[in-house]
Amino acid sequence: MTSPTHNTPSDMTALRDAVAAGTTTAESICAGMLAVTTERNTEINAFHEVFAEHALEAARRVDSDARAGRPLPPLAGMPIAIKDNVATTLGRTTCSSRMLENYRSPFDATAVERLAHAGAVVMGKTNMDEFAMGSSGEHCKWGPVRNPWDTTRVPGGSSAGSAAAVAGGMCAAAIGSDTGGSIRQPASFCGIVGLKPTYGRISRWGLVAFGSSLDQIGPMTRSVRDAALMLDVMSGIDERDSTTADRPPTELAKTVERPIEGLRVGIPRQYMSDANDSEVNAAVNAAADAYRALGATIVSVELPLTDVGISTYYVIAPAEASSNLARYDGIRYGHRAQLQPGEDLFTLYARSRSEGFGPEVQRRIMLGTYMLSSGYYDAYYKRALQVRRRIKQEFDQAFSACDVLLGPTAPTPAFGFGANSDPLAMYLCDVYTVNTNIAGICGVSIPAGFAERNGKHLPIGVQLQANAFEEDRLLRAARMLERALAATTSAHAPRG
Amino acid sequence: MPDNPHSKTAALTTAQVAHVAKLARLEVAPGRIEEYRTQLAAVLGHIAQLDAVDLAGVEPMAHPFESHNRLAADIPVDGLPIEAVLMNAPAVEGRFLAVPKVLAEGD
Repeated sequence: MTSPTHNTPSDMTALRDAVAAGTTTAESICAGMLAVTTERNTEINAFHEVFAEHALEAARRVDSDARAGRPLPPLAGMPIAIKDNVATTLGRTTCSSRMLENYRSPFDATAVERLAHAGAVVMGKTNMDEFAMGSSGEHCKWGPVRNPWDTTRVPGGSSAGSAAAVAGGMCAAAIGSDTGGSIRQPASFCGIVGLKPTYGRISRWGLVAFGSSLDQIGPMTRSVRDAALMLDVMSGIDERDSTTADRPPTELAKTVERPIEGLRVGIPRQYMSDANDSEVNAAVNAAADAYRALGATIVSVELPLTDVGISTYYVIAPAEASSNLARYDGIRYGHRAQLQPGEDLFTLYARSRSEGFGPEVQRRIMLGTYMLSSGYYDAYYKRALQVRRRIKQEFDQAFSACDVLLGPTAPTPAFGFGANSDPLAMYLCDVYTVNTNIAGICGVSIPAGFAERNGKHLPIGVQLQANAFEEDRLLRAARMLERALAATTSAHAPRG
Repeated sequence: MPDNPHSKTAALTTAQVAHVAKLARLEVAPGRIEEYRTQLAAVLGHIAQLDAVDLAGVEPMAHPFESHNRLAADIPVDGLPIEAVLMNAPAVEGRFLAVPKVLAEGD
């Protein structure tokens, strides 16, 4: 999309180029975004903390470098919002939880360090579903996040504030984390680009652990080329995260504008369900038509295990979460309950955790604990890991017939607050995104159309997926579609 | 826990929920156990669809990439300074984390 709000007509790449060319200043870009944030954040609640003075000072330094003719790094002066489960020495890192409401990280996450090294300015920390567990942005200690396109609706989650901040023109770009769709689904609901890179592409050092075999940090941006640029900056091996892939950083900004000759786009038959909203299926069909017009071949592929993805995910993710969140014991950091005289250490652990964690987090911890408990491990966890291999094999087979997969990001556009108050109903929203994480491959959501509800235009995203470490193919295919759909996706704006 | 550990069809009981809460070090108010039981049972009921997948001869896959256990170079690096470690501690005595008494009488 080219025009998300009247105040921010450009994507980050264009802003960066304008600063480098001297046609604008980093300070004026930063000040403009801070003004939008001041005006809108009370209602949208995207940010929990904004580092206004820090951001302006950093922007002024970039301008001074530019005036002195010093070479500018790739993201010089660009204000970036950071999801609040990514550690920053600036401000707090709360995971939108009472458990960590006063937590200050003694270090920066590798991704943040690399963004800063590339000249980006950490503008603030964004609200999220507590500990990244949720698909709506409603389960946040600091209040629900609202969708800039229709404030009676959710922005999606769990990277709710990051998506809303980008869509609302409050920052140049953001980072989120994606364990089962937490970047791509809010990107779809908010009309922006959201990339879940291949597992191991970006270091998880400094990302508060949820599901360690599923979690990835990724960019949330106004354009595909911005996502390429941010991935280039954040990717690459990190000695502090032994699960980062031993591969050099990507260089996708150089290739993303190059269309792929003879592209084969697979549409999984199982993705085009009658249960999807009709506008969602229409957006996927329109995207397929656009690819055909560009000379791509559309093939139908089979992913029969699509429907068991949610079940597989809701074994693996809570199992890993129950283990990862065991560290919150009220001893070394985090919330500690007050004990009455005579109460013991067990009570301190249990009460600190029950006071510190919200209901959804406690539900998932119990679910994971149950499934890993004696006598149940084989029936749930081992079985889910076997299904995981089958899901990965199905993707491998599909990718033998096509280069990328095309389908919906989510079955619906943004829903209203409270519409999915039943936990299982909320889980089912992620049917098209969880398998990307289960298989460890990459996926991106890009804006593809709108649904009209009560006179408001709600964005609809489509998802492309590619096999592991095929981000070059994924983003070039996404850029082809973005360019082809520009007239459609720029027809409306959040404040229009 | 039920006699047959592989039985996923047996209904989740409130006693099991209370037991799991204890294992997970969560203090669930008695009035909320039934609510959690209903919600967890619904999720477990949905997950039972995994039983229909043919998994004969399929090895479990714990991780997307199964290659490695990469070792860091054996070079000493500094840990966090004590002040950084203690700055988030809920209770501190001098250079130490303060905790309630760990051993009860007679332990």
